[in-house]
Amino acid sequence: MPARIRPLLVPACLAGATAAAFCLGLAMGAHWVDPVDVVRALAGSGDRFALLTVNELRLPRALVGLLAGAAFGVAGAVFQTVTRNPLASPDMIGISAGAAVAVVAGIVLGIDPAGLGLAGGLLAALVVYLLAWNQGTTGYRIILVGVGVTWVCTSTTSWLLTKAELYQAQQAVGWLVGNLGDSTWQDVPALAVSAAVLVPGVLLLGGWLRTLQLGDEIATGLGTPVQRARLVLLLAGVGLVAFATAAAGPIAFIALASPQIARRLAGAAAPPVLASGLTGALVVLAADLLARQVQLPVGVVTGVFGAPFLMWLLIRKNRYA
Amino acid sequence: MPELRATGVRLAYHNNMVVVDDLDLTVPDGRISVIVGANASGKSTLLRALARLLIPRAGSVHLDGRSIHEMPTRQVATQVGILPQGPVAPEGLTVGDLVGRGRAPHQRWWHQWSATDEHEVAEALRLTGLTDLARRPVDELSGGQRQRAWIAMAIAQGTPILLLDEPTTYLDLAHQIDVLDLIVDLNRREGRTVVMVLHDLNQACRYADHMIAMRSGRIVAEGGPAEVITAELVEEVFGLRCRVIADPVAGTPLVLPVGRHVVEPG
Repeated sequence: MPARIRPLLVPACLAGATAAAFCLGLAMGAHWVDPVDVVRALAGSGDRFALLTVNELRLPRALVGLLAGAAFGVAGAVFQTVTRNPLASPDMIGISAGAAVAVVAGIVLGIDPAGLGLAGGLLAALVVYLLAWNQGTTGYRIILVGVGVTWVCTSTTSWLLTKAELYQAQQAVGWLVGNLGDSTWQDVPALAVSAAVLVPGVLLLGGWLRTLQLGDEIATGLGTPVQRARLVLLLAGVGLVAFATAAAGPIAFIALASPQIARRLAGAAAPPVLASGLTGALVVLAADLLARQVQLPVGVVTGVFGAPFLMWLLIRKNRYA
Repeated sequence: MPELRATGVRLAYHNNMVVVDDLDLTVPDGRISVIVGANASGKSTLLRALARLLIPRAGSVHLDGRSIHEMPTRQVATQVGILPQGPVAPEGLTVGDLVGRGRAPHQRWWHQWSATDEHEVAEALRLTGLTDLARRPVDELSGGQRQRAWIAMAIAQGTPILLLDEPTTYLDLAHQIDVLDLIVDLNRREGRTVVMVLHDLNQACRYADHMIAMRSGRIVAEGGPAEVITAELVEEVFGLRCRVIADPVAGTPLVLPVGRHVVEPG
């Protein structure tokens, strides 16, 4: 029965494509490294050149892309489901911008940005929550408040940049567009640990996501502790976005688009969590492959493709909502 | 059968305007109770409080002697099923999937889907006549089918008590009767206790075992439809001049409004 196979087949295909993009990312670059040599380098043998390029330069970049993409995708699925609004993804309602301003502040002031990203994301989420949530989560209110929070964060970021030393500003701007080119092994541990804890956590709470989709009252009737469930899920989403942003920069549109792409691929009523994460990882890795060819940061590539997608989503939302 | 009882409840919304004050109600076991009253009489508010969707400012709602606001919400969900007014399914959600979600209170993250769940969902679809539509998206169904899908979800939840807020709103007359007959089936065949809010007094008289008439947040009268519904009570509760006769089909009270323009014969 195809209706039953599809929910399994789609993540399997996405996982295969993501693995392919990941391996291609290790092989491709200024110098082509044969897949056989890639595998040997990963196993710790082979010539020094391959060991250096694959293990020290390309592997951290591919890992950050994989994990950050998955984190953005899962966080987007959580936000869109909990708010029942396809536009209310963390990059649209100021969470990414909040994490970004904190990270830029960290770069300018010389503080480790990973923890700051989490603080900034949480603070932005708290502001959005206080201003928009008490009257219910759905509708355009959360988007408008989110746009406001995003602007406050963006102008603060610009102000910080005018105060920064030139080399700091350069580093910050390079990071702000979403860039995997500077990824090193230093970026991996915090991101890997957060993803390893939060992604399975969100998957285990899938039952809450399924009832919350039906509205707060129905969810309560079905035994979901709505307030607590929403808080836990959104905190997990903020955590994913904050760590991914600290490591890779606020890569545009991944959190917004991946869950919607995954939803359509899976033929589901709401973004499936696992498929959204895999889609996020695949899109970031594929965009980075393209970005390397044209010597641009990955965030520029996702932005170019993401903007038309956003417009399409807005038009559809207006027509059906 | 678990007992659902409200004691001295005061209910208010965010603006602090008290809608219901010092109200006592014990839901009769295994019967169909219908709450009637004019707009803003507090009938939906009362139902929401019984469903723990609204926390009383004073007093309490008890399920088998325990406060439903202090019980784990999942535990309440195995005893009390609720269907609020005008629920909206996410675009593309299939009927089978929606009904399956009614099993949520019986599932844990380590125990997702059992043969019992499968059976209960199939049974709920059969009872509501939706078996052939299980693969169709809810938003593509007609209004009557859609309402039956939501009721099927509540059936699959398998609770001894069902609370329904105006389950017939937006349906044409034939579908209203269809839904009400289905609710009677649930009550008679499976012995489920039903409490619902209905707008139409005559339908309330026809389908209620127990009537609860409300005005300005108070219960004005309670009992069998024949005892409760009199011309005087309808005038008091709804401010409507009327005559009450025996329904020639079922023998239950039938309310005939007088209005201002009728010239009464004789």
